[in-house]
Amino acid sequence: MERHYTDSHVKGVSTGTTILAAIFDGGVVIGSDSRASIGGEYVSSKTINKVIQVHDRIFCCMAGSLADAQAVTKAAKFHLSFHSVQMESPPLVIAAASILKELCYKNKEELQAGFLTAGWDKKKGPQVYVVSLGGMLISQPVTIGGSGSTYIYGYVDAKYKPNMTREECLEFATNALALAMGRDNVSGGVAHLVVITETGVEHVVVPGDKLPRFHDE
Amino acid sequence: MALAPPLMPVFGRKISSKNDMVPNWSSQEVSTGTTIMAVEYDGGVVIGADSRTTTGAYIANRVTDKLTPIHDRIFCCRSGSAADTQAIADVVTYQLGFHSIELDEPPLVETAANLFRASCYRYREELTAGILVAGWDRRKGGQVYSVPVGGMLVRQPVSVGGSGSSYVYGFMDSNYKPGLSKDQCLELAAAALSLAMERDGSSGGVVRLATISEEGVERRVILGNQLPKFSTH
Repeated sequence: MERHYTDSHVKGVSTGTTILAAIFDGGVVIGSDSRASIGGEYVSSKTINKVIQVHDRIFCCMAGSLADAQAVTKAAKFHLSFHSVQMESPPLVIAAASILKELCYKNKEELQAGFLTAGWDKKKGPQVYVVSLGGMLISQPVTIGGSGSTYIYGYVDAKYKPNMTREECLEFATNALALAMGRDNVSGGVAHLVVITETGVEHVVVPGDKLPRFHDE
Repeated sequence: MALAPPLMPVFGRKISSKNDMVPNWSSQEVSTGTTIMAVEYDGGVVIGADSRTTTGAYIANRVTDKLTPIHDRIFCCRSGSAADTQAIADVVTYQLGFHSIELDEPPLVETAANLFRASCYRYREELTAGILVAGWDRRKGGQVYSVPVGGMLVRQPVSVGGSGSSYVYGFMDSNYKPGLSKDQCLELAAAALSLAMERDGSSGGVVRLATISEEGVERRVILGNQLPKFSTH
């Protein structure tokens, strides 16, 4: 996992953020907070959704400059649907991740956005991919990103176990996001979570007052 | 009459440290980029630290002791510039020792913390020092005070510091509860320090722990191969 960077040097609206994706037994959970800020001083949106659907069973989460992230995901959605029509089958998760990677790598000078891609496909089942700032693409069972992720590296390392159940994984993801939002001032709002399995996609939104609380709150 | 600039010999020109062939530690200050923590329990405190001191990319000392005694039952955990924190600790040790002799009784932890704060705040522009002061006294039992960069003073039941601390805030928030026993605190400290050392490049080596209570100070070391392991991915 590469070193975190604070979004405060991103010009314009940035998703100072916390994003996370984790594989469990039979599927994958991808989630994020919902705050967008300008320069870390003004919250421009309390309820932005950073979990974008790029295909039926493939979602991605963005971190960094909001403008860059929206532009890239729009382009990626188009390429992916075209690819899917050509192949006459649902796209692989790695295809979606690779498209994002190509866009990030080829335009690395201009862009400041990183992505987590999570989804389910018939070939490899549940998968999580990370496309970092410069355009590196790697696959991991669990991954976190954004400015708030620094504070939960220890928690994720300690708490994540492979082959958790769906409920355990949801609890793990909710706790991780709540902990990060509690320490990072540019992450906050509600927790958006999406559970992707072979059978379908489920959105779970945990509003701020229902988030888990910890000993000093 | 000064020599015209082009004729002046150029002294002290450094070979650019951006060049990979030249080690960068020759131009870097020694820092205890680190992970330190302190936890209160009923009857005392547990303090802990990693053991890595770096000059740039070189590990100047891989078995550093960052838990510095200030008085019989008061310790401090140092993070930031190694020189600055050693100097401040020496000054406070002297001041506290003198104060304790004047009073003819063991000093309070809060006094030690205030002495640290006084130095760190007065010289805040010159210093880079993040310090945790922890100990036991008869008046308030086990106490942890945090004196971060800038010279604030705050008492907290549990506190982490240093570059590696960012990575374990979430772990500490979720795993600490008031009312833990001494052994639970020791386990928590060892786990948190291991997790931080795993993620922070400036933290590593061994884990040094100490418990301070009315009975005295007990020190222990956990070597690299004995550290708690977490599911690696």
